[in-house]
Amino acid sequence: MAIFTRGFGGRRDPDAVALPPGQHLTEGFPVLSAGPTQYVEPEDWSFTLTTETDEKQTWSWDDLMNLPSEDVEVDIHCVTRWSKLKSRWRGVPVDAFFEDSESEADYVMAHSYGGYTTNLPLEDLLDGKAWVVHEYDDGPIPAEHGGPVRLLVPHLYFWKSAKWLSGFTMMTGDEPGFWEGFGYHNYGDPWREERYAGD
Amino acid sequence: MNSPIDTSGESALDGSAAAGPFADVFAGDVSAAVVTCGGCRSSAVFAEQHAYLGAPGTVLRCPGCDHVLARLVQTPTEVWLDLSGSSSWRFPL
Ligand SMILES: [Zn+2]
Repeated sequence: MAIFTRGFGGRRDPDAVALPPGQHLTEGFPVLSAGPTQYVEPEDWSFTLTTETDEKQTWSWDDLMNLPSEDVEVDIHCVTRWSKLKSRWRGVPVDAFFEDSESEADYVMAHSYGGYTTNLPLEDLLDGKAWVVHEYDDGPIPAEHGGPVRLLVPHLYFWKSAKWLSGFTMMTGDEPGFWEGFGYHNYGDPWREERYAGD
Repeated sequence: MNSPIDTSGESALDGSAAAGPFADVFAGDVSAAVVTCGGCRSSAVFAEQHAYLGAPGTVLRCPGCDHVLARLVQTPTEVWLDLSGSSSWRFPL
């Protein structure tokens, strides 16, 4: 239990967390979407990994459920300046989808149902830094928050955590996704405040 | 005024919700401009298109086929405008 309460006696709250620059806390979970909410039933959902040589490997919902999932509690940071602390998800580390992959490409384009895309370096998805999540707050992920399955890359701005995830395409060279080619930063590190192209 | 963020998650806003940032670029009201979709070729006035704001940029979509008609992003120093998804914009004189 915290000994000092917020604002008491001028003491610094020991539970206080540092936010990335320019961010403020939100208790809610704002819905931001570049297009209409996609309603995909789990039985209709699939995830396809396409390599740079156009080899494809596909996972169904049942396949996803048979991969080892873990609980994740992470802070998320949206480029529109809200941050949400300790959001709780459950999903499969992205590493699991690359165990049998023969891809040698260094870049990934994540694809969503509805056509959204976002690009990431592969190394930002591996070693337990990113998850393919299928639960939020102990339940199914609501469609407006990207369910049934979304990408979770908490160390980058949240537009990189593609909703309604449908697949990865491996790329030998980096290419911009929906927002990266259009004013927003290619990488999007919130701690370096990489919001816009040129930041 | 409507919130600049659609928190309903259910549906798009009217195109008129995006008229402000576009008016800044076009130096005039765009609400009555007729925008023709580059996907399905249907036409409607700007105000009747579908708008997604703070997504994080602004996206205008065709209500018929959801094709992206236009994108607008304002950074601290520039405005980016993409009209490649629309085949024409007709402004009444
Ligand atoms: Zn259309």
